[in-house]
Amino acid sequence: MKYRFLILRRVVQVGILVLFFVGNFSWVSIAGKNYGVYQGDTSVFIEDSRNLAAGESKITNRAMHFFQGNLSSSKIFGVIPMSDPLAVAQLFLAGGALALDIYIGLIVVLVIYGLFLGRAYCAYVCPVNLVVDFAAYLRRKFGLNTLVKQIHIGRNAKYGILFLTLVLCFIFGIAVFEMISPISMLHRGIVFGMGAGFFGILAVFLFDFLLLKNGFCGHICPLGATFSLIGKYSIWRVKYNFEKCTQCMQCVQICPENQVLHNVGRKSAVIDGMACIKCGRCIEVCNDNALTYGIANLIKRRQNEV
Amino acid sequence: MGFDESRRRSLLKMTQAAGMLAVGGLIWSAYIYEAKATSLLLLPPGAKQKDEFLKSCIKCGMCVEACPYYTLKLAKPLDNLPVGVPYFTPRDIPCYMCKDVPCVNVCPSGALDKELLTDNGRLDVNKSRMGVAIVDTKNCIAYAGIQCDACYRACPLIDKALYLEYKRNDRTGKHSFLLPMVDNDVCTGCGKCERACVTEIASITVLPRDVVLGKMGTNYIKGWDKQDESRLKDASTQINKTSKDKATDYLNSGGDL
Repeated sequence: MKYRFLILRRVVQVGILVLFFVGNFSWVSIAGKNYGVYQGDTSVFIEDSRNLAAGESKITNRAMHFFQGNLSSSKIFGVIPMSDPLAVAQLFLAGGALALDIYIGLIVVLVIYGLFLGRAYCAYVCPVNLVVDFAAYLRRKFGLNTLVKQIHIGRNAKYGILFLTLVLCFIFGIAVFEMISPISMLHRGIVFGMGAGFFGILAVFLFDFLLLKNGFCGHICPLGATFSLIGKYSIWRVKYNFEKCTQCMQCVQICPENQVLHNVGRKSAVIDGMACIKCGRCIEVCNDNALTYGIANLIKRRQNEV
Repeated sequence: MGFDESRRRSLLKMTQAAGMLAVGGLIWSAYIYEAKATSLLLLPPGAKQKDEFLKSCIKCGMCVEACPYYTLKLAKPLDNLPVGVPYFTPRDIPCYMCKDVPCVNVCPSGALDKELLTDNGRLDVNKSRMGVAIVDTKNCIAYAGIQCDACYRACPLIDKALYLEYKRNDRTGKHSFLLPMVDNDVCTGCGKCERACVTEIASITVLPRDVVLGKMGTNYIKGWDKQDESRLKDASTQINKTSKDKATDYLNSGGDL
């Protein structure tokens, strides 16, 4: 069971994308012929004259409407709204007069991730994780991690970029990260058609593969920074048990944010670095069962701080 | 005076970080400014003014999913529009002006504003102002004297937004011109006319209103229009005698030309 959480994550990640994708899928019947319309691409029935009846005959399967919208803002079963906290923050600072749905969606997300899941968004939901994990896999295969670092960008740069994002939103009156975000490009691309957004994804892949290990998510992404901040006190944590540990350090090698594992080999502790994406890779590579998912004991943690 | 190396190093690090942010911000700003400046963006019905719209649109694409005619698309990178915003291209698929305006109903962020389309508590899609149709009178075949009323027939507000002006054709002496004319106040910018136009490149085109419409200014008053004339009620009766100079002085030594 060395890959149980990895498989779970892939199933969840891809599953969410598929649900968004089918949410936008529809059928059209024109002159007795049926066409499946992917990503709103009408070229499939263009020869059959783009006739006015198209609108009458568009069939969206309500049963497939698990998710409407995309990861920027969505509705589950057409009822529960969810919105991307960074997108909301950007629009808010840009001076947008947002409707209630967006704020309710924000609260839903803040409660789920703030209280429980923390930065698990990055590991279990974000589609860019698929790209960067593939890049990280190739880095290991090609042995690039053992070479001298190509560039130096600090782990805290993502907070700086988050700050820059918010300042620019305020200055320009537009959601500035949304205009270049490879995360948005990818999930929007999968639901509504990729276009040149592909090159944005390619850039992230090459950056992570050739330049910097876990470069995008670990050092740059302001959305990751946002979820780190939101989930600082979330209770679902990875726990480390010093007594069981044989200090093989496999967990530290596999961890995409390995600075959070600073207690490994020193003392038993809850991994409470806010950058931890709770992907569970450390748990499954550990041969000694020294790492487990668990619930942080809030009272105990407070005593430790005092 | 000796110097503390670690202090020096941390100072350097801090300045480097600030410098990187500044350079990054500069490049990013240039891109944002360019991308925001695109003027040829046709937004869905009920959209706020472009600047206001861009401040509120979260780019979720729910309007795109709701549109039964596949009219709306989300702008992709290199589309020359702000990435992710919904737009439409009337020559491909115009807006069919659904009575219940599903795109506006589904918008979670309020970027598409129901208020703008509400008249006496009822949704009225004809209040939308997505753009305005402009006729190219040199390439429109009706202006060449050929009978065509494709755009006129296609207009959902026929005889209101798009009407025909009859004019004698002096060249033939026995025909008349049936000239399509747009009433800017009524035109919704749905683009059905542009879609219907028979010329190779449409001779009637929908453009964003702020790109083409002028503004008269408050100093002109239409005396024949009661409402406009009423503006005179509050006008000051004081006459501004600004100059006691003679006309020749004004011509010879006054102001810049």
